[in-house]
Amino acid sequence: MKFLNLIIIAVRSLNKNKVRSLLTMLGIIIGVASVIAMLAIGQGSRKSIEDQISNLGTNVIMIFPGASSRGGVSSAAGSAVSLDMEDVISISNDCPSVKYVSPVARTSGQVIAGARNWNTQLYGIYPEYLEIRNLELASGEMFTETDERRASKVCIIGETVVENLFDDYTDPIGQKIRIKKIPFTIIGVLKERGQSSMGSDQDDILMAPFSTVQKRMRGSRRDIQQIYASAQTEEQIQDASDEIDELLRQRMKLAKNDDAPYMIRTQTEIVEMFTSTSDTMIVLLASIASISLIVGGIGIMNIMLVSVTERTREIGLRMAIGARGKDILRQFLLEAVLLSLIGGILGVGLGTLSSTLVVKLMGWPVLVTSYSIILSFSFATVIGVFFGWYPAKKAANLIPMDALRYE
Amino acid sequence: MNSGEIIISVEELTKVFDMGEVKVHALRGVNMNIQEGEFVAIMGPSGSGKSTFMNIVGCLDLPTSGEYILDGLNVKQIDKDQLARLRNRKIGFVFQTFNLLARTSALENVELPLLYNPDLKAKERREKAMNALEMVGLSKWYHHYLNQLSGGQQQRVAIARSLVNDPVIILADEPTGNLDTRTSFEVMEIFQDLNFRGKTIALVTHEADISQFAARNVMFRDGRIFKEKLVAKIKNARTELEALPEEDDIFSL
Repeated sequence: MKFLNLIIIAVRSLNKNKVRSLLTMLGIIIGVASVIAMLAIGQGSRKSIEDQISNLGTNVIMIFPGASSRGGVSSAAGSAVSLDMEDVISISNDCPSVKYVSPVARTSGQVIAGARNWNTQLYGIYPEYLEIRNLELASGEMFTETDERRASKVCIIGETVVENLFDDYTDPIGQKIRIKKIPFTIIGVLKERGQSSMGSDQDDILMAPFSTVQKRMRGSRRDIQQIYASAQTEEQIQDASDEIDELLRQRMKLAKNDDAPYMIRTQTEIVEMFTSTSDTMIVLLASIASISLIVGGIGIMNIMLVSVTERTREIGLRMAIGARGKDILRQFLLEAVLLSLIGGILGVGLGTLSSTLVVKLMGWPVLVTSYSIILSFSFATVIGVFFGWYPAKKAANLIPMDALRYE
Repeated sequence: MNSGEIIISVEELTKVFDMGEVKVHALRGVNMNIQEGEFVAIMGPSGSGKSTFMNIVGCLDLPTSGEYILDGLNVKQIDKDQLARLRNRKIGFVFQTFNLLARTSALENVELPLLYNPDLKAKERREKAMNALEMVGLSKWYHHYLNQLSGGQQQRVAIARSLVNDPVIILADEPTGNLDTRTSFEVMEIFQDLNFRGKTIALVTHEADISQFAARNVMFRDGRIFKEKLVAKIKNARTELEALPEEDDIFSL
């Protein structure tokens, strides 16, 4: 029998039992829809984590002193005094995979402008820090290397600081402010960035040349709290990190297996750290959802078995007038596959729709990927073939004489 | 009518069903020929082996031993698929319970055997099916669904289906078993008409008066042919139909 005729026959027989076909499909619809929705939620959260971490900058490598520092928060700064300016200079000179280097001096303090004041994070950095962290200025300009050399009293500030120190009518550029009683001139305002992945306000910040902060606010200490570097390209992140590690070990005269008194964290590592959690979640959600898909498949098998029994005489007749076992097998298999395929299509629709609803109603980050659609769709088809095979085989193996006389 | 070619030839046909502990001898050596253009009625009580015989002749089953030659072909050690092909090309079945597909039109029911013949195009199928319906006088009803047709009309659709592949023989298994007298006669009228046009028909029945419409009667008993005779005075279904009392119409509606 030709394939087109088979399809027509299958569609008709499904059409004869509309309610039954629909209910059977429902198992697959819900299964496929939940696989898609679960994958969408999982991948959405993964994507948003990745996005937030890429907010960190371009190909960022962070070096902290002391093994006690974790996840960007160095505890007990000063207790580990392993990094100094010479490390910074040699990293920038001797590591070919490293593009930019900037030491970071961090403190916090009261900032006063006229009658207003605000307590904010003070960062001492090299101008390259903006490149490393992917920061941009909304207005004004960045301080230069000359400012760095002279330890000029200039600064750039974040939007939150602007809002707290100035009213809406004042242009902050060129204004004088005092930080810990030292007068500074504002030369730039950073573009707004919003909350970080850790929940802190990234606009509540003030940046000044590294030398200025280190000398005038940290009492000319020699140790460096943190070094930011960036690799030339994404592929070179690991190389750059290895080069830095090797260089620092050499400079500190460490043996191969000694614990280093510093830590190097690359952006890739941080991404991996966070996404591995969400990967586990994706696998978990998807496997729960696929259980419902399998249950749907069992529903198909069940209804196909009923159908074969019900239509025993029809099968007998078809065989008597010339249908071969394989014609009957194909007919029933196609019916099962069609059930799961149509269920799959409707499920994809429902899954996409419910994912969109999740975005709209709950505001969760959701991402429906074509990969998840193809995956669940082909899974549904495989289930149709798998669970349709047994009933179809049963139908094909009927003996025509007995089937014809079946009551 | 006996001048035709032998299209069915059966020699020493036996069939044994192995039911585990007991062996049932359904056929114990049957010899029979059917010539082209014949109208044979096969009779016998249940358990006489007539159904088993018809199953073998209809290529639904293979004999345990003996020869069966259908239209020059030795039907012996062939596989299921080849049997299915033989049924599709050489045999037309009519059943007691019609065995039509419900919620399907008359035309589609008649077309069904042709669907299992991949050589035919949709247009050819339709043409052949319309011709077959024409032969049973139902061409005006082709688009009607089965539930819109009477019992007699349904059996005529089934006959049209058995004709559609132009078989060498039509095997009818108690085709009037579910019909009242008038409709039975109507159906027999069609069989006689088809036979007149040259179709070979073998009909299983247990009704003596129905067997009188056929030219030859073969009686089965205990797995053998018990008696065989030519019908001296073949009844004409149309005359019988006209002779039926009027009030029967009430029941045939």
